[in-house]
Amino acid sequence: MLISLVNVLINGLAYGVLLFLMAGGLSVTMGLMGFANLAHGALAMLGGYILVMLMNGHGWGFIPALGAATVGAAAAGIVVERTIYRRLYRGAELDQVLLTIGIVSMTVAAATYIWGAQPEAVHLPAWLDGRVHAGGIDVGTYRLFLIVLGGALTVGLVLGIDKTSFGAKVRAAVDNRRMTLSCGIDVDRLFTLAFAIGSALAGLGGGLAVSLVGLDPNFAVKYLVFLLMVVVVGGLGSIKGTLAAAVALGVCDVTGKYYVPQVGAFILYAMTVAILLWRPRGLFGR
Amino acid sequence: MAAIGEADARGLFIARSRWRWEETLFWLAAAASYVVFPGHLVLVTQALISGLFAVSLDLMLGYTGIASMGHAAFFGIGAYTAGILAAHGYGDPLLGLLAGALLAGAFGALCSLLVARLHGVALLMVTLGIGLLCYEIANRANDITGGDDGLQGMVVGPVLGLFPFDIDGRVGFIYAFIVVFGLYLVARRIVNSPFGLTLVGIRENVRRVPALGIGVGGQVMVIFTVAAAMAGIAGALLAETTQFIALEVLGFDRSISVLISLVLGGIGSLIGGMIGAVVFTVTRDQLAAMDPVYWNFWMGLILCAIVLSGAGGIMGLLRRVSGGRR
Amino acid sequence: MTRRKARLGLAALLSLLAGAACAEDQPLKIGLVGSFSGGATEWGLEVDAAFAAYQKEHGDTVAGRKIEFIRRDTTGPNPDVTRRLVQELISNDKVELIAGLEFTPNALATAGLSTQAKMPVLIVNAATTEILTKAPYMVRFGFTTAQVVTPFAKWAAANGYHDVYAIYTDYGPGLEAGAAFKKAFTAAGGNIVGEVKPPLVSPDYSSYIQRVKDAKPQAIFIFAPAADHPPIFLKAYRDAGLADMGVKILATGDLTNEFELPTLGDPALGMITTFDYSEAHDSPMNHDFVKAIYESGGGRVRPNFTTVAAWDVINAIYKLVDAQHGKIDPDKTIALLKGMSFESPRGPIAIDDHRDIVQNVYFRKVEKVDGKLQNVEFQTVPMVDDHGEPTK
Repeated sequence: MLISLVNVLINGLAYGVLLFLMAGGLSVTMGLMGFANLAHGALAMLGGYILVMLMNGHGWGFIPALGAATVGAAAAGIVVERTIYRRLYRGAELDQVLLTIGIVSMTVAAATYIWGAQPEAVHLPAWLDGRVHAGGIDVGTYRLFLIVLGGALTVGLVLGIDKTSFGAKVRAAVDNRRMTLSCGIDVDRLFTLAFAIGSALAGLGGGLAVSLVGLDPNFAVKYLVFLLMVVVVGGLGSIKGTLAAAVALGVCDVTGKYYVPQVGAFILYAMTVAILLWRPRGLFGR
Repeated sequence: MAAIGEADARGLFIARSRWRWEETLFWLAAAASYVVFPGHLVLVTQALISGLFAVSLDLMLGYTGIASMGHAAFFGIGAYTAGILAAHGYGDPLLGLLAGALLAGAFGALCSLLVARLHGVALLMVTLGIGLLCYEIANRANDITGGDDGLQGMVVGPVLGLFPFDIDGRVGFIYAFIVVFGLYLVARRIVNSPFGLTLVGIRENVRRVPALGIGVGGQVMVIFTVAAAMAGIAGALLAETTQFIALEVLGFDRSISVLISLVLGGIGSLIGGMIGAVVFTVTRDQLAAMDPVYWNFWMGLILCAIVLSGAGGIMGLLRRVSGGRR
Repeated sequence: MTRRKARLGLAALLSLLAGAACAEDQPLKIGLVGSFSGGATEWGLEVDAAFAAYQKEHGDTVAGRKIEFIRRDTTGPNPDVTRRLVQELISNDKVELIAGLEFTPNALATAGLSTQAKMPVLIVNAATTEILTKAPYMVRFGFTTAQVVTPFAKWAAANGYHDVYAIYTDYGPGLEAGAAFKKAFTAAGGNIVGEVKPPLVSPDYSSYIQRVKDAKPQAIFIFAPAADHPPIFLKAYRDAGLADMGVKILATGDLTNEFELPTLGDPALGMITTFDYSEAHDSPMNHDFVKAIYESGGGRVRPNFTTVAAWDVINAIYKLVDAQHGKIDPDKTIALLKGMSFESPRGPIAIDDHRDIVQNVYFRKVEKVDGKLQNVEFQTVPMVDDHGEPTK
């Protein structure tokens, strides 16, 4: 029984890490910049489709395609940020929510038009496609890969944002744009850069998600709720919080399904509401 | 600064309660559609019901400043209450409305306690979570609700025992029109009363309100209950006029649609909610008929345009054009 | 050239006269209700491809009346939307027939209106048995879950599968599939070692697979909606090493439906499924059908259970319009449909007194044919009724 539990926990951890990768960028944009970007899932979806197109249509390898997905999503994020989002930074949250929902609708329709409604899949390279079998534990190699990658990225993000002046600059700019400008910091470029990082992460997450949870035009909407839950429960603006919430959500979801499968997503929603009522700013929020 | 005398105050309320031309025009047109669009009565009925739903959200969002992404929970509770009663032999429409209003209102009061101290993103997320929870519960309890298949076996009795619902939707239309118009008048009464002004106070500057000797928590609970009850009645109306409901009455899509309708029409004017809901419902119907595969795209585009234009929806545009004041 | 023109002119004149002679020369409006957008968009593409292919062969006019489909989009399992669309088709567009319906909730929502307005409805897909019980004007051309699952369970029990773990999605068709399998399997002496009901939104199957692994069955019986469950299920199955443990997969054909097969890829090889249609069905009629669908769908549509059901629906429509000489009467239509039987690309089909479909059920294995994955039939259960019982 213990072996089964370990299996389940590892699977949950992998799923949680994937959620973190996709939600990490949302934490940056929502938390640091105060912009409710519900189209974040659409950026992840874009990353997924770029991966599928390059691998299936042009024979690219997995890692290069993943890189392209990351860059592609970042580029898309920059374009959207400069042209549209910029205008609503100081707007009401509700406006941001509605605008980004509109963008998601258009993205889903566009994805259906361009790629069709069917679910997509790619063939992972042999070194990722196997299983690791050790002492009764069976884990897909891909899941282990996700855990390792996620760990590395977390360290990078935490160091890069929480500990460097970059993060401080962004937070300063959100709190008081004028002051920050007068310190000689180009706030516009700063925001664009932050958004680009967030979008890049989303694209990476989306590309990785294809082989774990599948991809179709409704991806942008399906995972939006989970991403929002992770970010808000973790605490806006806290990378560590997002990671904690993502892992907790992944593990709880997977473990819950193992022990009490009939309960389904109920537990997650109930937990989200309960945590937010207890701590409205999230577990690690500022 | 001179104090406002009682005569001035009364004058203020009278001025606020005056019927605007948009309202008169809307309700005349709505009534006329019985004659002008006899083949589309079901669509118009559903548009009016959506309008009532939007007005109930406007009471919370437009007047009290509480944004909710889970308003469909109240709508759905009202719908299922009326539906389940009808499926178990209690098919009187008015009974369904009353029961729906009571249950939804009670749930609204409960929710107001939960969300009292939340703002901004946390508020949006908790309301979203509540909506999702209600959906999941209804989904799990599929012995009672019918689950994904929808509620089976609804038998809705004739209105007042005299007028059975017909397939062309005539009785349904008149019934819904009367109920929606009646509740619209009630909503007007509320927002143009002293109580309504305190709501605006809460929206504009929630910290100052207690200094006026008004308990914020109490006000919020009242408006939550009223808005929820109204949404519940809207849900019950839908159940009764279509004699069939399914899980989507509680769904995320419905919560977002009503939000979009309200923003489209213009927040904070009540009639904006009605106008926005009608435009949204009809446009969605038409776009889907024109281009079955890709109407999502056009809807999203229109939504982006509305938000980016910052005009305050249709009412905002109308006001700018006519140059009038609030 | 002139001769050709003369012939054309003569033909035009004759058809004009024929048209004038016909009492009902108005176009025959038929409502087509289903998913043209949303999660099941492929349904709309498949039905359109089937109709286009059929009309290319048989023209668009029957008994002097031009067939006109009025498409309405349900956008998915949305019973309230469906109800309104159907109501408008009946009251407003004044259609004489309705076809389509891809989801059980949508079909259930339509039933009341169909009965009230005496509107014949030809169901393409919705698979739950109870839909027809309270709807005397609805006729089903697709399949029912019990129909394909019951014979399958009996076959499994008789062919060495004793301990089976059941996985079926927690919604209407899934519950019906699970119930049908358990009943028939245990009645035939089999043993259900465990079961789990994943909810419809299930991004991760690994936990359910872990439960299966703990139970160590001989095989898994699985029913899941075609959309995104199958690839995720297969991956979890492989990751947990179940293939190496020798645990076989017994599934309904939804999992390996032709739309899905390319996504599943080689890991799907060896899956044993039960269904009413396979693209690899070896009959001359099916070979022609397959070619026609690839052409009309522009390569984006593969022949599958939806396309073949749509083909049979339009065929039935043409037959009943022809038999009534273009004048559609609801009761006569239903009477005609009740006795109808003809050869379909899937095999022989018939409509019984309960207005439900009677057809062959095939057991298939996923194999590679000419480099493409196909469901290759290895056993046929002839003329099974909607409850899964043979009628012969």
